[in-house]
Order: sequence, then structure tokens, then C-alpha cells
Amino acid sequence: MTTPARTLINVPKNAKRGEVIAIKSLISHLMETGFRHDNMGRGIPRDIITSLVCTYNGEEIFNATLHPAIAANPFITFHTVATESGTISFKWTGDNGFVAEASAKITVA
Amino acid sequence: MSGPALRRWLVPAAALSCFAAIVLSVRAEIRLGERRSAYEDMSRDNKAMQDDDTANPGMLAVLDGEALWRAKAGGAGKSCADCHGDPEEKMKGVAARYPAFDAAAGRPLNLEQRINVCRERQLNASPFSYESRELLALTAYLGLQSRGEPVAPPEDPRLTPYREKGRELYNQRIGQLNLACVHCHDDNWGKSLAGNKIPQAHPTGYPIYRLEWQSLGSLQRRLRNCMIGMRAEPYTYGAAEYVDMELYLMWRARGMKVETPAVRP
Repeated sequence: MTTPARTLINVPKNAKRGEVIAIKSLISHLMETGFRHDNMGRGIPRDIITSLVCTYNGEEIFNATLHPAIAANPFITFHTVATESGTISFKWTGDNGFVAEASAKITVA
Repeated sequence: MSGPALRRWLVPAAALSCFAAIVLSVRAEIRLGERRSAYEDMSRDNKAMQDDDTANPGMLAVLDGEALWRAKAGGAGKSCADCHGDPEEKMKGVAARYPAFDAAAGRPLNLEQRINVCRERQLNASPFSYESRELLALTAYLGLQSRGEPVAPPEDPRLTPYREKGRELYNQRIGQLNLACVHCHDDNWGKSLAGNKIPQAHPTGYPIYRLEWQSLGSLQRRLRNCMIGMRAEPYTYGAAEYVDMELYLMWRARGMKVETPAVRP
């Protein structure tokens, strides 16, 4: 990709201890499947995001391995339990050395 | 079929088609109070996607647009922000007024064309190609500044002939299916077409993120879509005919709320 990937993450700013919270992440990406051909019949190489890892204060709480036929601009949402105040970080990695990171703070009372 | 038998069929058929022509010619436009955005007919999930700025993929383009707004470009070494300043206050309601008349061009320009003209005249930069990621991103960013504002076509008498041309095109039968925009979007909105509800075609959310496209697209892309569906030959991107139609469509949607960047199925 010629431009930096744009990411949007939605983590509640505040939560009660033990509360189940929804976390949403969205990232811009072409997600070229690798199955298509250009108008000269040459294969278009695969260019997708292959994994998303989410950590909560350094501890991994969610990971996903992505394959072709997910979607352009993958939107991944999951739930976790709010245990302590801190940072929830996201790291997407993919083909051609693609890396994108984002993080959000959460305050747990 | 023999002569008289043929005539027996032809006469009522001709009378019927005359009748149909009369009915079609006096057809009324959708009453102002009956207008609705296609948003209202979307599924709960799609509405939620549009309403949540962290789930709406159109917002990714808005972020790109914001970066482009601030980036210096072209020979003048300026950015959009250098002249226009803070878009949240300065560009509010701007997208809701386009297309607008441009004296130098001598005809109306839509928002995309305005951005490109500004790039050429003020930034001394090359224009973005139509439907490019950059142009869509900037258009979406400007559109967002008008979100929630009413569509407000300018009351400029110079626009009238172009708007009337747009109305003419809207009512003009095209393509092998021989249908005009009006036949679906004024006469049959709310009914089903291939499992989808026919919308009223109000361009309140462009550029839209269309799930079918998996990308952002302009109103002209949508118009081309419909024309291809009619098996008509679409105009090329940026054609004057599209701008005329945009003028008419925006006038038709006057007062409705801007939703940019909208999500559509």
C-alpha cells in the first residue's frame, strides 16, 4: 500500500471492574486475494492482512489469523472482561511486511 | 395475422400507449413530506455501521482526506488548510450546496470538480483523477463537515438551465430496457426490485461506502451503476450530464439531512 493504513478502534474509555466490554477494530486494507489476474493474464500477488493480535497491558487477549475472502477493510469485534486500567493495543501484520498498530486507554474503576 | 385483425390489436394498443404517455407526462414528483433517505430502509446492522464512526468504513477515507487536507501539494507549496483553515467551522455546509456555478468554468461544478479546480488554480498541483482514492477521500472529508446540515442548493439563476437539463435527463428513457430514472425512483419507490427496496434516490450521503463495492464511491459511480443496469452506455466520469443530474437530484433532496459518509448495502 502506498499510504499508511488507517485504523479505527472503539474501546470504552471507562468500565467497571469485571464488566464485559465490546471492542471494535477497523482497518483500511485492499485485501487482494491472490486469486485474481490482470488484463494480461498475470496473477496479481496476494496482499492481505494475515493476523491481528490484541493485548491488554501486554497480555494477549485476542488474536485472529486472516485468510483470503475475509473482506476489504476488515472489521473485527470481540468482547473481553475489564480487569484493570491500562492500554489495549492492536497490531495487524500482513503480506509484504505490512504492519499497523493502534492503542487505546481504558480506565477501570 | 390478417390486416383487419392486426388493426383490431393496433388501435387499442396505440390508444393505450397514448394514455400511458399522458399519464407519464402529468406524473407528480414525490411530495416533500413523503421523501425519505434510503437509510430508513436499511437493516439494523447496516444502520448501526453507518451510525458508529468507529465501524463506518467511510471514516477510514475521512482520515485519509484529513491528511490530504493538511498536506502541502503542488508548485505553490500550500495545503488546502492554508487557505481554508479549520474545516469544522469554515467548510460546514459547503458540501450541502454543491454543485455550484463557477464563473471561470462557465458552468456548474460538483464538489469533486471544485476540489480539482482549487488544486489547479490555487495549489498549482495536478488534479486528481476522477474516482481516485485521494479525490474520494477529500470529498468525504468535506462532506463530513456538512453531516446533519440540510441540503441547500444555491438559489442561483445561472444554475436553472443546467438543473432543467438534469431534470430532462432524469425523465429521459435510456438503454435497452428503455427506462428513465423517474420510473423507478419516483413512480415505484418502496416496491421490490430483485429483492431490494427501490429507494427514492436522494444523494444525501455521497461519497458512500457501498458494501457491494467494498469501497467508497461517488454519486457518479452510482449513476453509472444504474445506467449500466438499464443497459445504457454510461457517460465518462466528470461528464457535464452527470453534473446536471447531480444538480437536479440535490434540488430534489433540498432540506434533507446530509449523511456523508453514508453506508449502503
